[in-house]
Amino acid sequence: MARSVTNRRKTINTMLAWAVGLLIFFPILWTILTSFKTEGEAIADPPVFLFFNWTLENYSIVQERSDYMRYLTNSIFIAGGSTLLGIIIAVPAAWSMAFVPSKRTKDILMWMLSTKMLPAVGVLYPIYLLFIQLGLLDSRMGLVVVLMLINLPIIIWMLYTYFKEIPGEILEAARMDGATLREEIIYILTPMAIPGIASTILLNVILAWNEAFWTLNLTAAKAAPLTAFIASYSSPEGLFYAKLSAASTMAIAPILILGWFSQKQLVRGLTFGAVK
Amino acid sequence: MKLKNTLIGATALAMIAGVAGADTLTIATVNNGDMIRMQGLTDDFTAKTGHTVEWVTLEENVLRQRVTTDISTKGGAFDIMTIGMYETPIWGKNGWLVPLNDLSADYNAADILPAMAGGLSYDGTLYAAPFYGESSMIMYRTDLMEKAGLTMPEAPTWAFVREAAAKMTDRANEINGICLRGKAGWGEGGAFITAMSNSFGARWFDMEWNAQFDTKPWKDTLEFFVGMMNESGPAGYATNGFNENLSLFQQGKCGMWIDATVAASFVTNPKDSTVADSVGFALAPDNGLGKRSNWLWAWALAIPAGTQKTDAAKQFIEWATSTSYIELVAANEGWANVPPGARTSLYENPNYQSVPFAKMTLDSILSADPNNSTVEPSPYVGIQFAAIPEFAGIATDVSQEFSAVYAGQQSVDEALAKAQAITNDAMEAAGYR
Repeated sequence: MARSVTNRRKTINTMLAWAVGLLIFFPILWTILTSFKTEGEAIADPPVFLFFNWTLENYSIVQERSDYMRYLTNSIFIAGGSTLLGIIIAVPAAWSMAFVPSKRTKDILMWMLSTKMLPAVGVLYPIYLLFIQLGLLDSRMGLVVVLMLINLPIIIWMLYTYFKEIPGEILEAARMDGATLREEIIYILTPMAIPGIASTILLNVILAWNEAFWTLNLTAAKAAPLTAFIASYSSPEGLFYAKLSAASTMAIAPILILGWFSQKQLVRGLTFGAVK
Repeated sequence: MKLKNTLIGATALAMIAGVAGADTLTIATVNNGDMIRMQGLTDDFTAKTGHTVEWVTLEENVLRQRVTTDISTKGGAFDIMTIGMYETPIWGKNGWLVPLNDLSADYNAADILPAMAGGLSYDGTLYAAPFYGESSMIMYRTDLMEKAGLTMPEAPTWAFVREAAAKMTDRANEINGICLRGKAGWGEGGAFITAMSNSFGARWFDMEWNAQFDTKPWKDTLEFFVGMMNESGPAGYATNGFNENLSLFQQGKCGMWIDATVAASFVTNPKDSTVADSVGFALAPDNGLGKRSNWLWAWALAIPAGTQKTDAAKQFIEWATSTSYIELVAANEGWANVPPGARTSLYENPNYQSVPFAKMTLDSILSADPNNSTVEPSPYVGIQFAAIPEFAGIATDVSQEFSAVYAGQQSVDEALAKAQAITNDAMEAAGYR
């Protein structure tokens, strides 16, 4: 009897989990479905769900009109580059705060986080002028630096949280065995914090991939990533929802696939501590 | 042999010189049918001039923010910008745009429709060349109008429109007599209600830049709009803009729709519209005060003062806004798809005269005068906007108050009182009052 109750509860839990999962995934599913409709079917009322004339025409038009590979390459470079640079800067910073804290460490952490509360548009003009002076406008390197700076507080916070859970005695033991600071970070700390670092990297790649303020405002033709690719199909005067959906699907597909394959690592890193 | 080598060498040198003189232009533009078509035909420009083009296509509001940032900082990210009638005189006055008064004789600048040239100039100098122009007009279902026992006049009044809307409304069959923009935003519902208010005798400012929302014409405008839409408009019209109404009309759920003339090609396209064969056109309504409720707008190409490629940019503008470009589009895609509303000669062309909405589009454009848009005198240029830098922000706030009325969240009087305060405060802060 007890076994049947458990099974029923499991079934209910599974169904609930699926329902919540579908609810969260529905906007993406709807975008994907719309990308295979005609523009007329895309705006049909009542909406058509599965029974419509499936077509690849929108993908063909988008492919013909836009250089998708150029946008994709820019996205990979900008998201990957900003995350890598962020990790290189954040690991020593988080180490310092976790293992050699000062009286002001907590204040510094809070201050870093507070920069995330500033509306981006508030610093658009100063950064734009700086980019003009430095010749970084419409360059991938400029975006790598800006997105790295934007995401740096999150990277440091996440790494700090993981590092705090690593017993300081392990690092002390390494020091007693003669490890230098560099060796301590590279050979002792980093391998122990791999799950945390991996989930930090994944989360930041996703954040950088989806960033749509700076990537639109600091680029023109050369460095524009996939966010600009999507924006080029949006129009307040004309119904291009099916084409917009096709462009959106093409833009989110790489990050969706990456997230799908790395979800185990991502969930583990976000929910478990460093040494469990 | 020697002569042959010399000729080959000279040709090679000429080619190298030609390539060295060729520029790559970066052009910022909006995502609409005419602009996308132009992108597809750019090879013709490259073949003629050697210059190549890189396009930056963005959604209208994103584009506006992007190019404003760039031009105000002299960033030089773009060599040509697609801008509208609102920005052109303001940016021209600021010295941010290259004057276009020295375009070649072949270009025939005198052929540009006077209303368009006037709206894209400052102090008599043309600062942007119109790629296409639009006004607004009534698009209506001829079958529903006939069923209602009415005949649409070519130049109807608001009273007729309200009566026709009520008679065409058939809630049981999901047919709304009239669909209009109610969505907040200066370019959405704000543009419509401002153009409508002109026909009711309202204006945004008196000659001393005092807000006029406390006057009777504004109250009449808003009460008429809300009354008519509650009787005959679609549910949730407070959030409907161009695209939402286009969708409703194409699905046969609107008896009438008053909006941009450019929509005519969408609603008469049988591929997307279920009512393509039963659409008629009429001028936007008036109220017997001498002003109609149609607006005037142009998407135009301008050269920012920060570019280093002025000559090549001018060549592109001459190519893209010329009569020969119109002929190129006609040859490739048919006369119904040429960019409308920019040149007088287009409307004298017999091929174009056979397009069903051509005459009404021209009549609508010709009946709009941005320099004299209100019944009472006003200090600003513009029909659905006042061409001052502060307008976009103020009108967005005001249109949010109006949308709250459409959504039933506040009364007409409350919204007008708030609009009056918002506008006067902003104008005082900006130093107008």
